Amino acid sequence: MIAPQKPDLVTVNIDGREIAVPKGTNVIEAAKLLGIDVPHYCYHPKLTVVGNCRMCLVEMGMPAVDPATKAPIQDPATGRQKINWMPRPAIGCGTTASPGLHIRTTSPLVRDCQQGVMEFLLVNHPLDCPICDQAGECRLQEQSTGYGRGYSRYIEEKNVKPKRTELGPRVTLDDESCILCSRCVRFCKEIAKDDVLGFTERGSSSTLTCFPGRRLENNYSLNTVDICPVGALTSTDFRFRMRVWFLRKTPGIDAESSVGANTVVWSREGVIYRITPRRNDAVNDTWMADSGRLLYKEVGEAGRLSGARVDGVPGAIDAAATAAAWLFRTGGVALVGSGRSPVEEQFLGARLAAQLSAEVFLPSRVGRGDGLLVSADRNPNVRGALVTGLVKSLPAPQVADLAAGIDAGRIKAIVSLGEDIVPALTPAQVAAVSIVYVGPRRNATSDAARIVFPGLTQFEKAGSFINQQFRLQKFEAAVPGPAGAADDRAILGAILAACGAPAPAPDLNGLWRAIAAAVPALQNALYSNIPDTGLLLDRTPWAGLPFVEGESLHFKP
Amino acid sequence: MSINLKPETLARIDEAITHYPVKRSAALPLLHLVQEDLGHVSQESMEWIAAKLEVPAIAIYELVTFYPMFRQKPIGRRHIKVCRTLSCALSGSYRTCKEFEKHFNTYPGEVSPDGEVTIEFVECLASCGSGPVVMIDEELHEKVDQARACQLAVRISAEAAARK
Amino acid sequence: MPEQRRLIFQHIDEPGYGNDLACYVRNGGYEVLRRAVQRKPEELIDEVKKSGLRGRGGAGFPCGVKWGLVDRKSGKPIYLVVNADESEPGTFKDRHIIHKDPHQLIEGIMITCFANNVKQAYIYIRGEFPEGARILERAIAEARAANFTGPGILGTAYGCEIYVHRGAGAYICGEETGMIESIEGKRPYPRIKPPYFPAVLGLYQCPTIVNNVETLCHVKHIADMGGEAYSKIGTPNNTGTRILCVSGHVRKPGYYEFEVGKVTLGQLLNEVCGGPLPGRTLKAVIPGGSSAKVLRFGERFKGKRKVGAEMVDYDWGVEDIPMDFDSLGMVGSMGGSGGVIVMDDSVSMVDALANINAFYSHESCGQCTPCREGSRWMQRITGRMVHGVARAEDGALLKSVADQIAGRTICAFGEACAWPTQSFVLKFPEEFKSHEEAKKKADGRAFELA
Repeated sequence: MIAPQKPDLVTVNIDGREIAVPKGTNVIEAAKLLGIDVPHYCYHPKLTVVGNCRMCLVEMGMPAVDPATKAPIQDPATGRQKINWMPRPAIGCGTTASPGLHIRTTSPLVRDCQQGVMEFLLVNHPLDCPICDQAGECRLQEQSTGYGRGYSRYIEEKNVKPKRTELGPRVTLDDESCILCSRCVRFCKEIAKDDVLGFTERGSSSTLTCFPGRRLENNYSLNTVDICPVGALTSTDFRFRMRVWFLRKTPGIDAESSVGANTVVWSREGVIYRITPRRNDAVNDTWMADSGRLLYKEVGEAGRLSGARVDGVPGAIDAAATAAAWLFRTGGVALVGSGRSPVEEQFLGARLAAQLSAEVFLPSRVGRGDGLLVSADRNPNVRGALVTGLVKSLPAPQVADLAAGIDAGRIKAIVSLGEDIVPALTPAQVAAVSIVYVGPRRNATSDAARIVFPGLTQFEKAGSFINQQFRLQKFEAAVPGPAGAADDRAILGAILAACGAPAPAPDLNGLWRAIAAAVPALQNALYSNIPDTGLLLDRTPWAGLPFVEGESLHFKP
Repeated sequence: MSINLKPETLARIDEAITHYPVKRSAALPLLHLVQEDLGHVSQESMEWIAAKLEVPAIAIYELVTFYPMFRQKPIGRRHIKVCRTLSCALSGSYRTCKEFEKHFNTYPGEVSPDGEVTIEFVECLASCGSGPVVMIDEELHEKVDQARACQLAVRISAEAAARK
Repeated sequence: MPEQRRLIFQHIDEPGYGNDLACYVRNGGYEVLRRAVQRKPEELIDEVKKSGLRGRGGAGFPCGVKWGLVDRKSGKPIYLVVNADESEPGTFKDRHIIHKDPHQLIEGIMITCFANNVKQAYIYIRGEFPEGARILERAIAEARAANFTGPGILGTAYGCEIYVHRGAGAYICGEETGMIESIEGKRPYPRIKPPYFPAVLGLYQCPTIVNNVETLCHVKHIADMGGEAYSKIGTPNNTGTRILCVSGHVRKPGYYEFEVGKVTLGQLLNEVCGGPLPGRTLKAVIPGGSSAKVLRFGERFKGKRKVGAEMVDYDWGVEDIPMDFDSLGMVGSMGGSGGVIVMDDSVSMVDALANINAFYSHESCGQCTPCREGSRWMQRITGRMVHGVARAEDGALLKSVADQIAGRTICAFGEACAWPTQSFVLKFPEEFKSHEEAKKKADGRAFELA
């Protein structure tokens, strides 16, 4: 572990309380450390500071010194150094900590500024909260309750602007709600590097838009919806489908690539409604790709396997496991693991392979990295397969090698942990082997399998992935699986037991004790102890391997 | 994408870009030159300028809509701008503007039915001591009261008739 | 009648005085530059500091101090941006300098550039001056051909290029950081300060000086006569001459150049400008461009002021106010850009404020909330009042809206749009309480709003 460099700390005083913060920290962030809320709209910790909303106005003062001698001037009333307060309020976002900086966030002037800005933001706002999709997560609503006057003095006509503009395939814009904070514009320019949004007209008529004929369609467009503090930018997929206060939030990990962006899965009564990013400054900041937000659609009923089957005959998991063990009894078993399986299942897969002396295959998925939050390795957990010892090196044996093994007569049975391998095999090869399939959905492999186990999707189970940085990150079950499906860990446990290996502990922490005992890199880890921001592992044992990822946010190969 | 600019405009465009260490700075000069040549700044023109200056098209669109002097549609043959702001208003510019509107049977911002003029009631032209002031195309006219406005309007109409 | 002292406008009204180089040189032009480039740049900066010259664009900030703030150690080029945007309503002095004596400006620019080691200067001229832009471009070409600008001027190793950059109709470009953004080809959104002080992080994030046209012309005269001598013109802390632009309801509106503080508002309007129009009396005056706070004839200003080393009581009517930065500040308004707008008893103050509010609402860039929404709101209130729909509480509401803008915006536009409303409502409360009455009194000569 390399200790982070200790930053220069400076002490500032906010509302009479002192705190030491790294030099350059702005007042909003410094106040947050003290649990003090400085309301704001345009400021976003991961975007440049523009100071346009004026909601974060605070009073600022500096200790008084004699201009000639530089000696501190005492205040006889308090016996402490006098503070020279500036007559004009300053923006919290653009005011950075310097030694002795004094800030007031609740003074009458600050309250008046907040009430004034709130009133201004609302005069041309449609105030259609009851029918606005942002209700419940609208900063305008929240801060008008917290910092507004509570009544309106505005009796004039309001601005009329476009109400329903499709900015792109996934984002809808209501210009009347827009408060022109420019977060979305800055996001597109600074993070997505796709400078399509801008303001037209000026003054109170300013309007957010794309150039005519251009669209906000980059794979990060939905981040503009996440950071929009009001109901101006909404997700075309999610809008008007569910009030957010009905939704349950579950921490997840984006499984579309080895970046492992941290997510929140929003669900109600077993149905997922959307996925949004969860802040992790070491991985994805506050962003994630649009493509990762659609993954929950795989949860849907269609095509789900609903019960264990042996040669087409439904049965219990244990019976199917016994049947599988019977298939494996003559040896010649190949185990097709998956870079999409969580660490826990990979560990059990490795145990099973060892028990059966099985050859292990691990299909790779390589695409083009976008340099941001989708990496070239489209498996989220290839590192997990290495760390758990499921595979020893890269590139791992692929399905082509499997085909060769079948042709050579070496492989007679295959157990596939969710990988659809049949399309890559010839009918003759498929006919030459017995297939055991564990997975959530029906596919060519499950159709060809003699024994099928119905597993869960990543949203229905808890587990962990190890991302490209070798950061162990956990996710929780957001929704229950469909009737008849079983947790893949339980399925693997049943098969292991049927094959004569000791059954693993049924609970996650119990399993993790076994993992910690068996896997050197994870010897101090326990599922419940994995921090929300993940646990960075020592990558040196795998340093020489030919990983496919290029540079991306917070990652250098 | 190409727009039909005169060779001399293209030469001036290339020259203007050399005035700045950063190409984007030439956005306003290019918009002026393109508008002078083509009469207005179309969507194609914006895209052409954006490509020329290596910026996204939205960056040019943001400017065209911010600055009132750029127009996205053709205007009348003559452009009459009457100053609306306080000093000229104190000297009667509201009546001056109305006089032009009446003569050409049109409203501010629109092309007159005969296509001859577009009248605009604009903000300060910075000639407050001699108000009401009117700019006709690029020529400034001072102390344009109602009577003078009428004369100017008649002259514009006469010039139009002579051309036909 | 007080005598004008014409420094900047020495020649412009002379018959036969043209705006070409030959005429300028015939009248001694570019001799000051010729002498200046033989001196050390620091000496010239010192002369300007000694002169006490205050900026003529609006804020009245000491020019020498502004130059002193420039970061000269960054290793980055230093730029000069000439503010020829002249956008404050009521102001038209720079127009005449540019149109009638462009070489005076260019000489002032070159002395300033030499003093500050500037290699590239941009003249940001408002879009409404197409002829002015052409005149300047031609003048620059003439000066360049004569080796007054361009590489290696006047036999020295020092060179500087001047370019004309045309605006396109936006008041906000007169704000120095808005102007810088505009030159960079962006929407002219003023920058937040800190950190973007032009003297350190200006044009292209390089140290930048932004000076007004008239200010730069004064630099020429300071370099000519020396800072010491210049500082003796005018009054202490309000040195030199300044051009006052008078518009509105006086018999002889126009531009007049006086030693700063040597003419009172009463002398200016009643003697120099011939007084009110026949049968009229003066009602109100805005002394420093439309954003300056209005003064009401009949109101009195009392207090103490420094004369020499002594504190002296003053008790002024509007007519007694000396036209200098400090005095106009003491009476709660400002010298601003020197644009004096006069209104007589024919004017409804609600109409006048509605006109001003429409301007600021149209010109607000829209970047920050208070100015964007507040200026439009004030426009809508006064616009409604003009049409006779007024409520007793509208005056107080207007003031409150203005109070919520001033001091809380990114740039000084917040004050510019708030001050008229604050002062009109404060000084003419009766007209904002019962607009119907006021409308009956005014004959509507000025504004005909259908």
